[in-house]
Amino acid sequence: MTSEAAAYRVAGPKAISGEWRRFWHLTLTLAYTDWKLRFFGSVLGYLWSLLRPLMLFGILYFVFSLIVRIGDRVQHYPLVLLVGIVLFAYFGEVTSQCVECVVDREQLVRKVSFPRMVVPLSVALSGTFSLALNLVAVAVFVAASGVDPRLSWLLLPIPLLLLVALAAGVGMLVSALYVPFRDVRPIWEVVLQGLFYATPIFFPIQFVMGQGQLLTRLVLVNPLADIIVESRHLLLGPEAPSVATAAGSSAWLLIPAVALAGAVGLGFWVFNALAPRVAEDL
Amino acid sequence: MTRQPPDDVSVAVHDVSKTFRLPHEQVHTLKERALHPFRKRKIEELRALVDVSVDIRKGEFFGIVGRNGSGKTTLMKCLAGIYRTDAGEIWLRGRMAPFIELGVGFNPDLTARDNVMINAIMLGLTPAQARERYDPIIEFAELERFVDLKLKNYSSGMQVRLAFAVMVYVDADLLLIDEVLAVGDAAFQRKCHDALVRARDQGRTILLVTHDMNAVQRYCHRAMLLDNGNVVAIGDPHMVARRYDDVNREVYGQPVAAVGPGAGDGAAAITDAWIEDEEGKRSDSIPQGRPCRVCAQVQFRAAIEDPLFGFSVTDERQRVVMSVNSGRMISRSGSFHGGETVTIEVSFDCVFASGNYFISPEVRHRDEERRLIDHRDNAAAFVVSGGKPVAGIVDLPHDVQILRVEERAGARSVG
Repeated sequence: MTSEAAAYRVAGPKAISGEWRRFWHLTLTLAYTDWKLRFFGSVLGYLWSLLRPLMLFGILYFVFSLIVRIGDRVQHYPLVLLVGIVLFAYFGEVTSQCVECVVDREQLVRKVSFPRMVVPLSVALSGTFSLALNLVAVAVFVAASGVDPRLSWLLLPIPLLLLVALAAGVGMLVSALYVPFRDVRPIWEVVLQGLFYATPIFFPIQFVMGQGQLLTRLVLVNPLADIIVESRHLLLGPEAPSVATAAGSSAWLLIPAVALAGAVGLGFWVFNALAPRVAEDL
Repeated sequence: MTRQPPDDVSVAVHDVSKTFRLPHEQVHTLKERALHPFRKRKIEELRALVDVSVDIRKGEFFGIVGRNGSGKTTLMKCLAGIYRTDAGEIWLRGRMAPFIELGVGFNPDLTARDNVMINAIMLGLTPAQARERYDPIIEFAELERFVDLKLKNYSSGMQVRLAFAVMVYVDADLLLIDEVLAVGDAAFQRKCHDALVRARDQGRTILLVTHDMNAVQRYCHRAMLLDNGNVVAIGDPHMVARRYDDVNREVYGQPVAAVGPGAGDGAAAITDAWIEDEEGKRSDSIPQGRPCRVCAQVQFRAAIEDPLFGFSVTDERQRVVMSVNSGRMISRSGSFHGGETVTIEVSFDCVFASGNYFISPEVRHRDEERRLIDHRDNAAAFVVSGGKPVAGIVDLPHDVQILRVEERAGARSVG
């Protein structure tokens, strides 16, 4: 018994509260059970998180290599395509699962006081487990396609971390807004669909650069596009241009950086503001 | 304004208020907002808690009682940090484990194992501690055979058992318990009682919301009565239990004359009902085992030949404890004409278990269908007080002997 415990004030539910250790344990446990749950009952289990992007890869590869024949004009097109798909799939999965995550955990939210931000963060974390698995598949492809190892690979975690931050930030935004506004769900489905075409996923950034710098810069305002372009560059070297090269100047990088920070900041701020009332509005 | 509570206080509630806004039409989509931007949303305000203040000392077993909708659960949710209060301050000392609305927030798609881990961590254990206590929790809940079953396949009783077990085993200093004693089978209720008593003896602070006045009087050091969000009484559990009866009586037990028309054809009206103690005085409290008399006054409006008079006495849980009918005792009640008033009296020894009882008198025609003339539900209420606590609904006079087989055989043969 902690008899001499200090008194503390109960101020109601918050987005973030309590010890960091508990916050982390909670996020990790929820992420782990969530991940387990997602593939529960399917014969291939965890393999699905691997197979899904690979199957999408197969389809897109078939279409764009054999029918539209983009692949002929790009070196290492399979890798370019795979990096785009894996990274975008992570963003798409995390954010679309975040939409309903708080409402889905109604039972918990209504009955226990805990830092509410754990909920979207655990979704992002459980998506990261799948992302890690997928990156192993990417590594296998890289090895198989005979790309020479390069020092820039060591920098790859940077765009990946930015991707996780972006997905978590946007996830917070949509999960908090979904509680009072249920139309977030259909809206977000359309937004994701739009992003799929607006982001260089099945086409390399060189194709956009051919259409002029203005369009290239416009495409690169989307931080997701920058993350994918830069990851390809770090993986493949000069044959895949970096963001700075594509945009024409390094200073221009500031715009997507602000966009990313803005998206994460907005998500955090909105979630923080709405968290105290979530239990009553469900 | 901000002040720390004294060292021996583990829950301090200062002037806490909570108001819910209940929109009459919930606006859930942007379209509705966009189409009707200026439509005034009708909002009803519900004051769930009004300036509630209470200090609960460390190690105290504190009962919170009140009718449904009196604010008990809202107060618990504010204490648990699930609702934000509108005004006032709440201070706690020590780790708190809530058990609110019969659960600790389980995910129905997960197994018992996963749910226990999540909840134990949520209530403040580390993953290592949670793993350590997992076995005792399952054992307490008696669910060893079902640990790998998804919770949605559990019966509600099994879920409550698991939830209660988690709450007991997280070793919190402060337990917030909302209505656990009303669920589960007798064996599990027994276990809950034992666990509560043990927790009390270990010096933990316990807040118990319940409708069971026997539990309040048996366990609680102090209790509080809430009505419409206001604190009506705080103090001795017996006093609070009595006040709770009063509050209930205001709702159920109005004198019949004020209740309005009865349910039958109205050829006669029950105008009053009451209970008298052994001295023949009107009372609302009868000592257990003593003689008493249940009475009702009936005014006839039309001539009626040989009507039947009856009473039923129900307990708090709407169980009929006693049912009396004049036709069984008296072959003919007589003929009455309009304007005449009679009193019906039923005398008996009050062997009911202590608690609250309600009297519902009625008058019927003595014809084939037994047509109803008048009936008043819960026309009067009374408390049976004192006596030993009994588990049954009555405490009949009885005799207990313990005899060995030989003695019994000997006694029988002599007799």
